[in-house]
Amino acid sequence: MADLSVNCGGIKSPNPFWLASAPPTNSAYQVCKAFEAGWGGAVWKTIGEPVMNVVNRYGSIDYNGQKIIGLNNIELISDRPIEVNLKEISETKKLWPDRAVIASLMVESKRETWHEIVKRTVDTGCDGIELNYGCPHGMSERGMGSAVGQVPEYCAMITGWVTEVSTIPVLVKLTPNISDIRFPGRAAKKGNASGISLINTINTIMGVDLDTFELNPSVGGKGGHGGYAGPAVKPIALNMVSQIATDPEINLPISAIGGISTWRDALEFILLGASSVQVCTAAMHYGFRIIDDMVEGLSNWMDEKGFQSLDDVRGKSLRCISDFGNLNLLYKAVARIDESKCIQCNLCYVACDDTAHQCIDLIPHNGKNQPKIRESDCVGCRLCFIVCPVEKCISMVRVDDGKEAITWNELMKQMPQPLTWEALRQFQHKHGIEIH
Amino acid sequence: MNNLAPKLTSEEYEKNFAEIHPPFTPNSAAAEANRCLYCFDSPCMKACPTHIDISTFIKKIASGNLKGSAKTILSANWIALTCAKACPVEVLCEGACVYNARGEDPIQIGRLQRYVMDWYVERGMPPIFTPAPKNGKSVGIVGAGPAGIACAAELSLMGYGVTVYEAKSEPGGLDTWGIAPYKMKREDSLNEAKMVERLGATIKTGMRVGDNISLDDLIRKHDAIFLGVGLRTPTRLRIPGEELAGVHDALTFIERVTTRKWSSVDVGKRVAVVGAGNTAIDAVTEAKRLGAEQVMIIYRRSSEEMSAYDFEFELAKIDGVTFHFLTTPKRILGTGHVGAIECVRMKLGAMDADGKRSAEPIPNSEFQIPIDMVITAVGQTPEKSFLAQIPNLKMDRGNVWVNPETYQTSSPKFFAGGDCINGGKEVVNAAADGKKAAHGIDNFIMSNE
Ligand SMILES: Cc1cc2nc3c(=O)[nH]c(=O)nc-3n(C[C@H](O)[C@H](O)[C@H](O)COP(=O)(O)OP(=O)(O)OC[C@H]3O[C@@H](n4cnc5c(N)ncnc54)[C@H](O)[C@@H]3O)c2cc1C
Ligand SMILES: Cc1cc2nc3c(=O)[nH]c(=O)nc-3n(C[C@H](O)[C@H](O)[C@H](O)COP(=O)(O)O)c2cc1C
Ligand code: SF4
Ligand code: SF4
Repeated sequence: MADLSVNCGGIKSPNPFWLASAPPTNSAYQVCKAFEAGWGGAVWKTIGEPVMNVVNRYGSIDYNGQKIIGLNNIELISDRPIEVNLKEISETKKLWPDRAVIASLMVESKRETWHEIVKRTVDTGCDGIELNYGCPHGMSERGMGSAVGQVPEYCAMITGWVTEVSTIPVLVKLTPNISDIRFPGRAAKKGNASGISLINTINTIMGVDLDTFELNPSVGGKGGHGGYAGPAVKPIALNMVSQIATDPEINLPISAIGGISTWRDALEFILLGASSVQVCTAAMHYGFRIIDDMVEGLSNWMDEKGFQSLDDVRGKSLRCISDFGNLNLLYKAVARIDESKCIQCNLCYVACDDTAHQCIDLIPHNGKNQPKIRESDCVGCRLCFIVCPVEKCISMVRVDDGKEAITWNELMKQMPQPLTWEALRQFQHKHGIEIH
Repeated sequence: MNNLAPKLTSEEYEKNFAEIHPPFTPNSAAAEANRCLYCFDSPCMKACPTHIDISTFIKKIASGNLKGSAKTILSANWIALTCAKACPVEVLCEGACVYNARGEDPIQIGRLQRYVMDWYVERGMPPIFTPAPKNGKSVGIVGAGPAGIACAAELSLMGYGVTVYEAKSEPGGLDTWGIAPYKMKREDSLNEAKMVERLGATIKTGMRVGDNISLDDLIRKHDAIFLGVGLRTPTRLRIPGEELAGVHDALTFIERVTTRKWSSVDVGKRVAVVGAGNTAIDAVTEAKRLGAEQVMIIYRRSSEEMSAYDFEFELAKIDGVTFHFLTTPKRILGTGHVGAIECVRMKLGAMDADGKRSAEPIPNSEFQIPIDMVITAVGQTPEKSFLAQIPNLKMDRGNVWVNPETYQTSSPKFFAGGDCINGGKEVVNAAADGKKAAHGIDNFIMSNE
């Protein structure tokens, strides 16, 4: 059996699955129950300044009969006092020495206040600290959470205050509500963080009720933006994790968060460089028991592929990440339909004819219409492949001979500047690329 | 037999015996798995006699962890492949699915389980359990039906040396010889037996205990003995003419059909099956599928009282079976061979001891039905002559009595499960019994230490 243990910035756990700082990690009762179920670590629900929550805290996007594609919340940090939380953290760590117990912190932006809470946290015996620079509502208006995460200078300054007194690893948790995640990432590095956690939740309004005209969720008729999480945010998180992982200035271990529901999701993040992964929404939907399949599925996959440890897997896909200007302009693929699988729903036809490049014909066949692709006209956009409801019915088949390759950046070195349509057309023509 | 139904072409046989629940494709399995709500403490799990953690195994299909899914299934039920195909899911797991309460079709649990188990078998059944080190104790198991196989698997996993004695030439019990070929293939059942052998158990076929090997030998050799002997003795009609050619008991007939040389199994043009349990339905639909032109069920009570499941009844109706309810055979007529059956009409009376209404003949209502073949399916009982050899074995209404917690019989070294204790239920009950009895045996042997 493969070794699933991880070390994320000095924080060790028997498997890479941690519960994210959120309601599932609100109390010792919950965290102990989660460890019992098999979770490798838990980031405690953020503790700090006194807060008071409102009622109707969550909103959900349900899609085609599937519940909670995305989950939004207007919850604040822990509404239990600091001493209660620290006492429970300490007790939990004593009971579970092999699991990662991480305290998430958020206090007002004063050096002494941070120093005090960090020292008290270290005294609990927990394995690490996570700095919540992400909460996008309630706390940000009070100058904390994403108000810090959105200003790299604050990020670096507060991280510095924490690391100058902390004797345990410090992870900085970033907000995605920013145009370039690398800036706060670099700031965390500057503040001597041991690692980076991302992403926190994304600003969203979940919906409007067509009968009451109120927002969803509504707090007695009023509402506002909340933080979005769950399966829908995974692609956004994957991108941001890859940005941090590939930035040469950062070079820190990553604890990846955002839409992780299965071992497959987790692996994608690990392939993009994550050391540990954190889960919130999936646990809130189904309970702690999901860990069973996560651990077992990951382990079976590793055995099947012949990987001994997660170190062999981590970051394996990073080599594929590239800028647009470095992609091969002469790589050519066309869509091909396997007619033995086709059920003649004609979704590919209507998608291509109305919204792509009009290269599918409907040919009458046995009283039905069989779509056929005119490969010479197919630009290889992949829309039909995506809409086709039958697995492996449409495939994208490579048709170039692979002998020639040129990227946009290389091409621009050869082309007259400023670039003209005429020059580009000539290049395309030479390579048999016809744009209709 | 007189008046044989003409043989069919091999294509016709294949078509008639084609599976009624064909396998999922990967696409359809994933779609169905994702439809599962992943209920907590789910009613489907409770409805399954072996309590498979159904929503968990389905969730693992959705995540693509098929090996883990197989582990979840097998850790509850060693006969999971047969069960996936032969269980009456409508009255068990699928009948309990919460979707029913939402007014929607239940999750197709049986087919999803089959998807996983087929995958597991196609991959050559890679090991997913590690048996405990051998504990030096030995258990003998009589009968390699689902009860015996399940008990053998569970004990092997715990480190016991297990020998299974099976009278027939192949293991599996009725799963191999009795279950309708349009539900499952006998290879499925044989694979389950193979899985148990891989866990370390020995299966000795062609060994009838009390015949090829004595019961005393078994008692001497083993620390405990499990009886999974099923029901071997068909109940007779006890009417004149039962000895005529063309009268068969259902199990003998069905066994010929399941071994699959269909063209060699003769059926009459007109076939009457006596009885209305699930075995009767199997016999009548199988006769029809072999080419019988007219098939009928003769049953002394009404459709209300018959023990066949609704979906079996429906299947028979679709197959064009005529039902003579409130009818009982009095004599089978013919010279050397069945030519007709004489029946009498019945009426229902008061409740009898079993909670069924009694049936009484209506005087002077006799009538005859011309017939070429009679199949009797009025139940089976355990083999009394064999069981009588076991010292102090208490019986209960014709079945072996056991302690419901431990599955221990009144003869301390003997445990029992499956059809021989319940009078004939389903494969899944035998699977559950065998597994639970293994723990009873473990407690018994370990506390005797
Ligand atoms: C025609 C028919 C169709 C059925 N269809 C279904 C179905 O679709 N679904 C379902 O769930 N259930 C079905 N059942 C019921 C199911 O087959 C039984 O409940 C189940 O097989 C009982 O298992 P068992 O292990 O107790 O006994 P069996 O399966 O009867 O196995 C007993 C074994 O013990 C052996 N044996 C007996 N005595 C000795 C001895 N002295 N020495 C050595 N070996 C011995 C026998 O040869 C046999 O192999 C059907 C039953 C019949 C008769
Ligand atoms: C209800 C709720 C409350 C949350 N509270 C916190 C919090 O107190 N501190 C924090 O750092 N993140 C908090 N988060 C964000 C999560 O830790 C996590 O970053 C986010 O939900 C994305 O992961 P997911 O897609 O697995 O849910 C909260 C999320 C939710 C849904
Ligand atoms: S989930 Fe629990 S706390 Fe939340 S609204 Fe429902 S009952 Fe109340
Ligand atoms: S979308 Fe797929 S299945 Fe539908 S018509 Fe096109 S090729 Fe056939």
